[in-house]
Amino acid sequence: MNWLRTSSFFSIAAVLAFTTVIWYGAAVYLNSDVLIDKYDRKKIEWNFSKLVEDSWAMKRPVMPAPHQIMLDMKKSIFGYKISSKRSLVYHGWVTISSTLVGFAMGAVLGILLAVGIVHVSTLNKSVLPWIIASQTIPILAIAPMVIVVLGAIGVTGLLPKAIISAYLCFFPIAIGMVKGLRSPDPMHLDLMKTYNASKSQTFYKLRWPTSTPFLFASFKVSIAISLVGAIVGELPAGARAGLGARLLTGSYYGQTVQIWSALFVASIIAGSFVYLMTVMENRVQKRMGVQA
Amino acid sequence: MKESVRVVEARKVDLVFQTSDGPVHALSEIDLEINKGDFISLIGPSGCGKTTLLRLIADLEKPTGGDIQVNEMTPEEARLQRAYGYVFQAPALYPWRTVEGNLKLPLEIMGIDKTEQARRSKEVLEMVDLSGFEKKFPWQLSGGMQQRVSIARALTFNPDLMLMDEPFGALDEIVRDQLNEHFHRLWEETHKTVVFVTHSIPEAAYLSTKIVVMSPRPGKIIDIIESTLPEKRTLDMRDTPEFLALSHRIREGLRAGHSYD
Repeated sequence: MNWLRTSSFFSIAAVLAFTTVIWYGAAVYLNSDVLIDKYDRKKIEWNFSKLVEDSWAMKRPVMPAPHQIMLDMKKSIFGYKISSKRSLVYHGWVTISSTLVGFAMGAVLGILLAVGIVHVSTLNKSVLPWIIASQTIPILAIAPMVIVVLGAIGVTGLLPKAIISAYLCFFPIAIGMVKGLRSPDPMHLDLMKTYNASKSQTFYKLRWPTSTPFLFASFKVSIAISLVGAIVGELPAGARAGLGARLLTGSYYGQTVQIWSALFVASIIAGSFVYLMTVMENRVQKRMGVQA
Repeated sequence: MKESVRVVEARKVDLVFQTSDGPVHALSEIDLEINKGDFISLIGPSGCGKTTLLRLIADLEKPTGGDIQVNEMTPEEARLQRAYGYVFQAPALYPWRTVEGNLKLPLEIMGIDKTEQARRSKEVLEMVDLSGFEKKFPWQLSGGMQQRVSIARALTFNPDLMLMDEPFGALDEIVRDQLNEHFHRLWEETHKTVVFVTHSIPEAAYLSTKIVVMSPRPGKIIDIIESTLPEKRTLDMRDTPEFLALSHRIREGLRAGHSYD
């Protein structure tokens, strides 16, 4: 069991245990008002242990207890066919697919912009300020409008959600890659000049490999943002599928447990994406001879 | 006396850098002739413009006055024709490429075919005594070995002119002696024209056929010394009266340029 000692297993477990304890305490505290009201109205005899027990087993708690969320997740992930509207796998997949499409679009856009900005000084002066300005638009707030407008011109389904994702996630990639493509050592650039290398040779053989650490750092940030974009894109009325739709129906009907299990699934997805990026980064770095 | 072919010719070269603190006169009235087969050392204290002069020859900087010719062309034309191999102060190897990959880099850029790339990288690796290190990454080599790879990389496309900017400056004395000896042998075999920047008097005296002594503020040439040493040299020669006299003359030149003030 060497991995137990070498990995960060224990520190993670300790944080998890600590959070769980706090959570159970918070569930009692936050649900107590509602419960005590109910006891008073119905003239039910109660003591502290009954309060604790009841606050962890409410149907529509203010704050559900962790085991309630786990049970709901188990039911909605494994309890239904994955094509069922009640299955979290189905909703999760809808969100994942628009996240990935949006991320791919954002990555291509971000990298192309960065390449242009680094190579053409006019673009550097003209486009970069616009890229920064673009992020001052609160796209999360106007996402419903964007979806409606895009729907009016016939863009429906996965694409509008992916566009919102792409809009959010191209930014860190563009900024990171501008920095990365400009990061070669001046001596390495001079070397290319002494060989009379063309701009594209300098790009493929020097700028691009030098920028890989920046590429993966911005990918990790962007994939998580892309997921947020996809969820927000699902919120507007009409979206019947996806984790965002789950969150929305959950809050309509006061199904707090359902909201929390959708949130959990979302963070598990985000965590897995970032983890996958790290795995890819390690593989690429190993091939590039980075000292382990 | 063999006929000498002019490789580098500088006439009244001036270079003024515009900085935020005002203009800096880096080089002033530089006159220099370098013939085919010469081993020229540029020696002087920090800030005397010896690296800058090398960068002018390489077209990595442009002069603000005067005229430089490389192979009877402008430095830019010479650079576009890949007339020289440049060795930097640091090895400047690409860390994501193996030794072999680094050696092939200039060949890939110059569009040389794969089998020839392999043949040449093997050949230059033998020249610097590093056969067997093809698959190593730069960080797996010592500083001296990295610098040898960097010299080998400049040799892969077989340029007639080698421009070297303190290539052994960052190495300890023992490794430096070894590399000096090794590099002298290499020069003897190939008789390439070498312009070699250094601030070590023994290194300059040991390697060069001609020593150019420079002084700072503004960078100018104080003295050009023809070496009196025989062409074939050994490290032991550094204790002979002849060698000491040569070293003394270089030191006198540096002193005349107020390099010791």
